[in-house]
Amino acid sequence: MSETAEATVVVKEPTEPLFSSKNKKLLSDPLNDDNPITIQVLGICSALAITVQVKQAVVMSLSVLVVMVGASLIVSLLRNLIPSRVRIIVQLVIVAALVILVDQVLKAYMYEVSKQLSVFVGLIITNCIIMGRLEAFALANKPWRSFLDALGNAAGYGWILIAVAVVRELFGSGKLYGFQVIPEAFYDFGYYNNGLMILPPMALITVGVIIWIQRSRNTKLIEEN
Amino acid sequence: MSNAIHKFLENTVKPNFDEGGKLAKYLPAYDALETFLFVPGHTTNGKGSHIRDGIDMKRTMIMVVLAMVPALLFGMWNTGYQHFLATGEAYTFMDAFFYGALKILPLVVVSYAAGLGVEFVFAIINKHQVAEGFLVSGMLIPLCLPVEIPLWMVAAATIFAVIIGKEVFGGTGMNILNVALTARAFLFFAYPTWMSGDKVWIGGGMDESVAYADGSTGATLLAQATERSSGFVDAAGVAYTDTFMSSFLGLIPGSVGETSTLAIMIGAAILLITGIGSWKIMFSGVLGAYVMGLLFNLWGANPFMEVPAHMHLVIGGFAFGIVFMATDPVSAAQTSTGKYIYGFLIGILGIMIRVFNPAYPEGIMLAILFMNVMAPLIDHYVLESNIKRRQKRTTMAVAA
Repeated sequence: MSETAEATVVVKEPTEPLFSSKNKKLLSDPLNDDNPITIQVLGICSALAITVQVKQAVVMSLSVLVVMVGASLIVSLLRNLIPSRVRIIVQLVIVAALVILVDQVLKAYMYEVSKQLSVFVGLIITNCIIMGRLEAFALANKPWRSFLDALGNAAGYGWILIAVAVVRELFGSGKLYGFQVIPEAFYDFGYYNNGLMILPPMALITVGVIIWIQRSRNTKLIEEN
Repeated sequence: MSNAIHKFLENTVKPNFDEGGKLAKYLPAYDALETFLFVPGHTTNGKGSHIRDGIDMKRTMIMVVLAMVPALLFGMWNTGYQHFLATGEAYTFMDAFFYGALKILPLVVVSYAAGLGVEFVFAIINKHQVAEGFLVSGMLIPLCLPVEIPLWMVAAATIFAVIIGKEVFGGTGMNILNVALTARAFLFFAYPTWMSGDKVWIGGGMDESVAYADGSTGATLLAQATERSSGFVDAAGVAYTDTFMSSFLGLIPGSVGETSTLAIMIGAAILLITGIGSWKIMFSGVLGAYVMGLLFNLWGANPFMEVPAHMHLVIGGFAFGIVFMATDPVSAAQTSTGKYIYGFLIGILGIMIRVFNPAYPEGIMLAILFMNVMAPLIDHYVLESNIKRRQKRTTMAVAA
């Protein structure tokens, strides 16, 4: 994705309101029609790895959101200063710096979750969604639009992550956000937690089911053939 | 009598489901039931060069179900036998059979109800006919499960397997995985305590109130072999020959339908005589397993590797898997050469997983699922090589 940067030509636009319909679309498209996970199928690795518990998924989504918004803003501000030959390395440095910041904050204030997320916080650096949006959008757009785009994409990533985590934690351990949801009486009747939900394949299947539901509701996403 | 019923259906009931009828939406469901009861009406009408007779997929599937009946009946008796053996109570032949039948029939009913329910719902949503594929899967599922598995787990696994294993890919005939094995794999990973260990295989084994007679363990031979890693000559001093005979006849704990290699061979004979099952897959599968067993014998690094190669053919789900599941015409390889390769690799991988990975004593399930995924690839290369060979032949003929 990051390699195929859109060659967007920056046109001098007349000043438009902050929340024009075009800007609103930047925010809302990634939530559904152009979702980074279910439509562009980016960032799948982390969606598989850290969706066992809702808490992890929430922290991960927030971390990605912070990094993405920050990186998009910075890259957009610097977009006319970055020589295009070294732009990838410059973007990496910006993202890496933000990830290290997030990682340190997590270690300081949420040590337990940070332990569980382990390498996946560090791996945000290589998250294709972030690099993809920097290349395809922030490099060619003004800060405000880049900010909205990053926010939208991070939210699109986040809600899928949390939706998958809700399914997996509910059926896999009978909990939500660490609290027991399925009542004790069920277990007395012979209910058992589904061990498959804890394993990574089930994340893939859950994402698949979300894509299935999304496409059956949103028929314009179906390719013609 | 049956004619009268058919007439009544055709003239009185059917119009309701035809276009414009009150219940037109449910035509697929009606059609499924009608062709289930009667031979479908689309036979050749006297002229025409291609003969189309009344055999449809349903009739084919019924043959497979019939082929499974020996294994089912034996499973019923064996469940009772294992139960009375474990409790040490006195019993007669019929006691054992009825005990097992009462345990197993609910599994069969739940499996069919859940699976056909899903099929009917999808047929009505998608407005196509109810496909018959589930007639076989519905019988395979209870036969490859431990007898003590809770019914709701069977229902959950069946629904999962039919939706994720089949409907997602477009229904019967389009599935890449064997549906029954998908259900079994789901249960194996989701509820491991109910799919392994030494209690689930014995009727009443999970029930605390059943008192065990001294010295009986309910573990399957595979579990014993992996857990003690001492092959089959363990502390009990059971010799190979005894174990071989009892495993061949099926007097051992195990999943409902897979213990008796003899009953499965009767089923295999039915499948081969009617030409429904592929002998190429069965033959190369057995060969592959035997060769792998021999190789492990030569290696002999641990006691499990020293288990005689012929033992591998009669213990665990190998026979059941290779006869009823590997030959599933949809998920197996389609080309002739491909079938040999496909079967052979199932045999090799099945025994390899069994011996190498103690966490998965039932390697056949994983081997077949894995080869299901690989089957289109095998077919692709078989076709490619055939095309290349023929191309070479024609160019040579032209050159000469």
